[in-house]
Amino acid sequence: MQRSLRPKRFQQLWPFYVLAAPGILYFVIFHYIPMSGLVLAFKEYSPFKGIMNSPWVGLDNFRQFFGTSDFYILLKNTLLISLLNLVIYFPFTIFLSLLLNELRLKIFKRVSQTIVYLPHFLSWVVIYGITISFFGPSGVINHYLEAWFGGGANFLVSNEWFRPLIIFQSIWKDAGWGTIIFLAALAGINPEQYEAAKVDGANRLQNIWHITLPGIKSTIVILLLLRLGSSMDSNFMQIFLMTNSLNLDVSNVFDLFVYHIGLEQFNYSFAITVGMFKSVASLILVLAANYAAKALGEEGIF
Amino acid sequence: MKLRVTWFDSVIVVIICLISLLVILPFLYIIAVSFSPPGDSLAGNFFIWPKHWTLDAYSYLLNADTFLTSVRNSVLITVMGTCLSLFVSITLAYALSKKYLPGRRAILLFIFFTMIFHGGMIPSYLVVKNLGLIDSYWAVVLPAASSAFNIMVIRSFFQSLPESLDEAARIDGAGEFRILYSVVLPLSKPIIATFTLFFMVQFWNEFFSAVIYLNDTSRWPIQPLLRQMVAISASNISAEAAVDAQMAANLGPNVQNAAILLAMLPIVIVYPFLQKYFAKGAMLGSIKE
Repeated sequence: MQRSLRPKRFQQLWPFYVLAAPGILYFVIFHYIPMSGLVLAFKEYSPFKGIMNSPWVGLDNFRQFFGTSDFYILLKNTLLISLLNLVIYFPFTIFLSLLLNELRLKIFKRVSQTIVYLPHFLSWVVIYGITISFFGPSGVINHYLEAWFGGGANFLVSNEWFRPLIIFQSIWKDAGWGTIIFLAALAGINPEQYEAAKVDGANRLQNIWHITLPGIKSTIVILLLLRLGSSMDSNFMQIFLMTNSLNLDVSNVFDLFVYHIGLEQFNYSFAITVGMFKSVASLILVLAANYAAKALGEEGIF
Repeated sequence: MKLRVTWFDSVIVVIICLISLLVILPFLYIIAVSFSPPGDSLAGNFFIWPKHWTLDAYSYLLNADTFLTSVRNSVLITVMGTCLSLFVSITLAYALSKKYLPGRRAILLFIFFTMIFHGGMIPSYLVVKNLGLIDSYWAVVLPAASSAFNIMVIRSFFQSLPESLDEAARIDGAGEFRILYSVVLPLSKPIIATFTLFFMVQFWNEFFSAVIYLNDTSRWPIQPLLRQMVAISASNISAEAAVDAQMAANLGPNVQNAAILLAMLPIVIVYPFLQKYFAKGAMLGSIKE
């Protein structure tokens, strides 16, 4: 019998627990203790009494939140941004992946990939700065609009332009990066299928339709479900930067509302209520998405 | 085999070129404005090639205390954050890569759960506040020290190393810390390089936690300062605290765009190194156990 050289007894295993300790401590302090802060959603927080001694108010905060028109506006704005990302950003990423995959000159493919990945690493503030340089009141686009059409547009402070700008920014920043996972799936397609199709006389569009797309179907389904699962999360950093008092009708999403109520007006309990609603709704969506993936015969997210 | 170029190839190449151009043009424009005198760009006399060259914007920024302080703060936060993140993530991921460790599944579940549920913005803020970290760099660094995703990716790398390595080292009498330090880490250069760059980018780009945790604007890193600097021209946003009056007076489009460029410069410099590792890293994360 082979004698295992793995450490077996606790005397030999303790180094691993020592190694794990800082990480576990980190997750306890910065992930689990905040979860316990959610009790404040059921209390009326008073800074003088502290978290423990603040009075319980039951579901009052939730009643108040669902009773206001804010709730529906936030829900609508949040879901609409997610939906637009889903029908514009997401298919564009697939489209871009297919294009990159069809490039036959290796060097050209590498160079163009390098270029489209780059914006992913820039901060949202830099993206915001670039947006202002282009779409701001004295930006280059307004300059040409005035030169050619005699009038500009207030892109950054209007309700109509907020969503198009957000989607455009998302595509510019992340569509290239989003292709990585599809390109990996595309690389896994058996080349024999293409050879067989060639014998049958299929052209390249037919190849894409009958071989390439079905080949990445499961990846598409998983990513689509993941996105559906995160519908309650808007890209907060992006929206935080792009928002202002003049486009608040369309830009106010759950996270932004939480920020205003909690960190600007110091109404912690109510802000936590809203945040908790969002976290729980997200959890349900993610679990539902996972269930749906499995029901469709895919592997599921976890 | 000779490549036969069809109309199909040409169409694809043209579209890809257009998309690439759309990505590159903003950079060229930003660079051009930053090297032009303010009057030039306001008049829109050029697009990507300055008519008159000037280094005014750069010499102003490199002499402005507010700006230099923010760069210094960013460097400090990036160094602190990267070291701490690497330490916390590698040690935990390594321990969890040992399949025979009792309690491993429970710890994994414990960490995985944070991926799908979190307390949210305000409870996290209250924790940082109660720890007395407000106005300290630690407030920016500590809460972002790791993530379930990082742990999973690093762990799966460690699991791919042959177990017989440890066993050989153990026979030679090495302790577990020694094995990690002298055997495993030297073999893990690809994953360490990936995550070093990953964390550097993350902390250099850190913006929101600085806004909410650092009231003392002299401690601000570069991203929130940059936001103040560019927001001034976005009409209704007022020039707040961090951009001092003297700086606000000097904010022409050249200075603003030079600041944008300097804020992304470290990223653009590390990007070529990133690119080699990152595509792989991102893929690794998508592969399940």
